[in-house]
Amino acid sequence: MTKRDYKPLAKLADLPEENRLVSGHRMCAGCGPAIIGRLATLAVPDKPIVINATGCLEVGTTFYPYTSWAVPWAHVTFENAAAVASGVVEALDKLSKEGRAKDAPVIAFGGDGGTFDIGLQALSGALERGHRFLYICYDNEAYANTGVQRSGATPFGAATTTSPAGKVIPGKQEWKKDLVGIVAAHHIPYAATSSIAYYRDFINKVRKALSQDGPSFIHVFAPCTFGWRFDTSQTIQLAKLIVDTRIFPVFEIENGTLKINFKVPNPKPVEEYLKTQRRFAHLFKPENKHLIELIQKNTNENWERLLRMEAAGKIF
Amino acid sequence: MATVQEARQKMMELTGDQAIAYGAKQAGIDFIAAYPITPQTIIVEKLSEYLADGVIDAKYINVESEHSAMSVVIGASLAGARGFTATSSQGLMLMFEELAVASGMRQPVVMAVAMRALSAPINIHCDHSDFLSTRDQGWVMMMAENAQEAYDQTIMAFKIGEDPSVQLPVMYSIDAFIITHNMENVYTLPDETVSGYLGVRKPIHRLDPDNPMTFGPLALYDSYFEFRRQQHDAMMNAYRVTKDVFVDYERMSGRKYSPLKNYMTDDADVLVFAAASTVGTARQAVRKLREEGVKAGVSGLTMLRPFPVPEVIETFSKVKAVAVLERMASLGSPAGPHYMDLASAVYPQLDVRMYDFVYGLGGRDIDSQMIARCAKTALSDAEHKRPNEVRFLGVRE
Repeated sequence: MTKRDYKPLAKLADLPEENRLVSGHRMCAGCGPAIIGRLATLAVPDKPIVINATGCLEVGTTFYPYTSWAVPWAHVTFENAAAVASGVVEALDKLSKEGRAKDAPVIAFGGDGGTFDIGLQALSGALERGHRFLYICYDNEAYANTGVQRSGATPFGAATTTSPAGKVIPGKQEWKKDLVGIVAAHHIPYAATSSIAYYRDFINKVRKALSQDGPSFIHVFAPCTFGWRFDTSQTIQLAKLIVDTRIFPVFEIENGTLKINFKVPNPKPVEEYLKTQRRFAHLFKPENKHLIELIQKNTNENWERLLRMEAAGKIF
Repeated sequence: MATVQEARQKMMELTGDQAIAYGAKQAGIDFIAAYPITPQTIIVEKLSEYLADGVIDAKYINVESEHSAMSVVIGASLAGARGFTATSSQGLMLMFEELAVASGMRQPVVMAVAMRALSAPINIHCDHSDFLSTRDQGWVMMMAENAQEAYDQTIMAFKIGEDPSVQLPVMYSIDAFIITHNMENVYTLPDETVSGYLGVRKPIHRLDPDNPMTFGPLALYDSYFEFRRQQHDAMMNAYRVTKDVFVDYERMSGRKYSPLKNYMTDDADVLVFAAASTVGTARQAVRKLREEGVKAGVSGLTMLRPFPVPEVIETFSKVKAVAVLERMASLGSPAGPHYMDLASAVYPQLDVRMYDFVYGLGGRDIDSQMIARCAKTALSDAEHKRPNEVRFLGVRE
């Protein structure tokens, strides 16, 4: 398999002019995952092969007989995008050497349900085996496709249709799973987080990830207007706010060394982010004030932990 | 196609598992997904030895579950590779979801199944509950009686599945331990004969950046039904193609295959219907019955899907009674899976009376005397026009 070496892009104009996730799809207005699909497939000049787990991005883009994908694309089931991608990558490696197929970069997309929860085993297996592909988890913090149920990525306190804010229980009572920590513990060459408000960061991470000689992983924050209850014009604003409050730190772990990409010297309080979405509205009741304090405390601790990991040098 | 004379076929001492691995090696597989489960494991172990010794040039992926085994093979097949895997029992159940996807996406992957009882209680020995439970998932399905058939079906499976008019996955099976682990003499074809017969896979559609296509879309009530109907048509094509492959393979190997293996059926009053290794035991039972003056015969199943309706009608039209042997209890059902297939095949054309016998669950032995008794019981029940009831053979009450 030919080694790929994609240098960082300086400007958006350097992207291919074609569109690879074309218009006409049925994703919601203001959909974060749709932006991720479009940016990721455009990030490198070579047309990637896309393997898509079941979820919004899959269902919303391929309503037979239509498709929005101008790249080779396959969906198999919910939990196995990493396994299917493994098969594609290794088969292409053999067939391209024999002149029976054309080699291409392979990107697997999974939502948070398909990655944090049901697809974690297949992902772990693929990372351990070391196939050269990029897995992108578009994280909209719930099973949005089935009507916004709680996932392992749903943040503490958020109301979903299976963790509602009730009279006794104020939304989800567990913290978000540390997915990148789990992924990085496989000692893969490259794992990173990103947020679509910072498109250049995301595109260049895709380019860096696809240049690795092994598996790579990007966890992208993907606001969901339908699931989180905010105005469709605010998607990018939210994707920026979550970084500016340090709730979602943007960092990368390259060959075992962690680097925080955005230091956020003057973080905004978490309320600034929480108040923008109706899924957190109940936290602002007087009796739930302590929960917001807990979220702030957890955010601070998480940030401190990342700083210590960054200072420690090579950690994996 | 010239027959490869027996002298040019190498006789090898192989277990059923080894025979399958040897056939897969010769079939030019590009891609293997391996996950251990007793008693299939020898197949993937043997293939890994071939790989380690440089005997095969294939991608060999040790996956973390059977679900991923089928998933990576589907992925490899979408990329254009000839993919193979093997499993058994719980492993087949774990990959159940992907079985329907492999056939729905029309990927001609091939899988060997060592038929083993299902949990609970956990049991590693032979019955057909695993294999037969998957019968409606759109796979072409064959059942091998012995190591020779297992070897031959390995090669034929790729030819059938990859046929442009079929494009379906193919599963074939052997009995746990009875065949997987017992050594038999197996005639094997020369490597070049098999590679000449199968060639390399030429996929009709694949994941290709120069010709981007979408595989596995969302299809609702205005198109899903048509997809399923096309699978049905492909399955009907598979009936014709499999029979053609049997003919070609006989010309090549000298070994005759047919959807239904009939033995002493021409003048029979009563048939024993069986599948897998029990077919051989049934032949022995029938020989004894003939000595006693009972005109009995055996109808052994090779092709489970598509089900060989014309052959069943033709064979059953001449008999009074059939004893149907089932190595699976279809719990709560009026009869076992073979009986339901057979009854559907003969109704309403034939007036044959069939009686269902569940045997050998969890690896319990069956012998020729037991089978002979089934045949006599079926004949007597038919003469007295008794209704069918599911009976359990050799179980302690």
